[in-house]
Amino acid sequence: MSLRALQTSAWTEAKLFVREPMTVAFTLVLPLLFLFVLGGVFGNKPNPKYYGGHGPLDFYVPAYIGLVWASVGLLALPVHLARYREDGVLRRLRASAAPRWAVFGSQAIVASVIALAGGALVIAAAALCYHIHAPRSVWGVLAAWLLAGVVFCCAGLLLSCIPTSRGALSAGLGLFFVMMMLSGAGPPFEVMTGVMRHVSDVLPLTYMTRILQAPWLGTALAWRDLAVALAIALAAATTARAVFRWE
Amino acid sequence: MAACGTVSWWEQREDSGRAPWVIAVGVAQLKGTVVEPVIVVEGLTKRYGGTAVVDGVSFEVGRGEIFGILGRNGAGKTTTVECLEGLRRADGGRMRVLGLDPATQAAELRRRIGSQLQESALPQRIKVWEALRWFASFVPGARDPDQLMTQWGLQDKRNTHFSDLSGGQRQRLFIALALVNDPELVFLDEMTTGLDPAARHTAWDLVRAVRDAGTSVVLVTHFMEEAERLCDRVAVLERGTIVALGTPGALIAEHARQITVRFSAEAGDLGWLAAVAGVDQVARRNGSVEVQGTGPVLAEVAAALVGHGIRPADLRADQPNLEEVFLSITGRRSDE
Repeated sequence: MSLRALQTSAWTEAKLFVREPMTVAFTLVLPLLFLFVLGGVFGNKPNPKYYGGHGPLDFYVPAYIGLVWASVGLLALPVHLARYREDGVLRRLRASAAPRWAVFGSQAIVASVIALAGGALVIAAAALCYHIHAPRSVWGVLAAWLLAGVVFCCAGLLLSCIPTSRGALSAGLGLFFVMMMLSGAGPPFEVMTGVMRHVSDVLPLTYMTRILQAPWLGTALAWRDLAVALAIALAAATTARAVFRWE
Repeated sequence: MAACGTVSWWEQREDSGRAPWVIAVGVAQLKGTVVEPVIVVEGLTKRYGGTAVVDGVSFEVGRGEIFGILGRNGAGKTTTVECLEGLRRADGGRMRVLGLDPATQAAELRRRIGSQLQESALPQRIKVWEALRWFASFVPGARDPDQLMTQWGLQDKRNTHFSDLSGGQRQRLFIALALVNDPELVFLDEMTTGLDPAARHTAWDLVRAVRDAGTSVVLVTHFMEEAERLCDRVAVLERGTIVALGTPGALIAEHARQITVRFSAEAGDLGWLAAVAGVDQVARRNGSVEVQGTGPVLAEVAAALVGHGIRPADLRADQPNLEEVFLSITGRRSDE
């Protein structure tokens, strides 16, 4: 089986992504905007009362890396696939000789490249402007980043089962904004009310934020977080596989 | 792999005690003859919510044949084709396409067939050459996108986004995409819808060329002229069943034998025309005379006219065509 189908599909999809300026702006610019607003407010001076005693930006940067993945997985991917379904592109691909692994594999490749670019932008801006600390374990962060990709691509595949792009966009936006505020990329856990913490506990990004922060800050990785993240990915992928429709 | 599938089917057919197939060497010379079938359908049935949209359809398509599926909207044409392409699961009947079962061997089948679908599109921002190159990457040994763009008149649109193409240009791109994997069999569903007359004639020439290069063609259409000009055989579908099947010529001979002879004539009694051999009916309409009849009625009428000293300059005959066959079989009501 040749890889040419996968390569050409990924290259085509990448070009199509770049031609959608709104998606590019949303995925790449929004996390930067957050970084500068919260960085401008809190700086990176550690405060023992919040952020577990870490510098606010040291705490936020791994969270934003997760947030970029959440935006790619929960918004860009499902809206793109649902629009393909609406326009009959999926139908045409299905009728063609396109291998399924190339159709979905190319989406995953493009999503990874965007998430990598978005994450790199966040890190570069934070390093330049706020002098954040380097991650304690680069390999650990990389592994956590890959896991975040798996979790949010699976969640995105599940959202892409929503028949229309409008529906997928609404669901994705709702999830994204709740996660953005309550999963550690917004106010610190220390100031959240009880209700907020309960909501936070059911959001995938909460677990991914902690998994990304552990190797970055050098704190202990909670195995429970890892188990929950993997369970979310598995459940989403299994459901998506059963529910996904090509037309 | 291709040969295996066909051979097993072939042997199966011979075992069942039917006449062995005529082996054709020059497929192109045997237009209209069913040779080694690329499609065999027996009793195909598809229901939606209890209503049979396709109800016991059976036909065969020979290799190198252009086979037309005709019918009004909602007759079950597209559903039939979608079952054959493996896009819909049939509720009953047996199908073999290139020796494969579309229900269980869809992946292999789709590498070897081409499908130009109704109601589907491409990403809005994809360029023409990118779409062709993308679809060409799915199979080894695909056709050269540049050559296809030239053939289908898309070269000067190669860098145009899909969303900026006209209806006719999109249609030509879809046909080119259906041919990009160099298929053994191509399904063209309403291929010339949206094409202007010149583009339509070009498309017909190209489809003939595709067939002459060895690809069998299934053409779904409601343009009778298209079917008559292109198809070796046609099936007429009506409410999910085949109501007529054969070469256009045979169907015309069977269902629409009436020939209309027309000419201009001064007022005067032409009642004697009714007694001419082959004439069924004579009528006057705004200074012109319409004679309906069968057989060599044109020659008989011409001879009789000359015999009476009448030499009309505009004597002509309207031969029956597939359109009349279609209307006489399916009735003249309109569902639109």
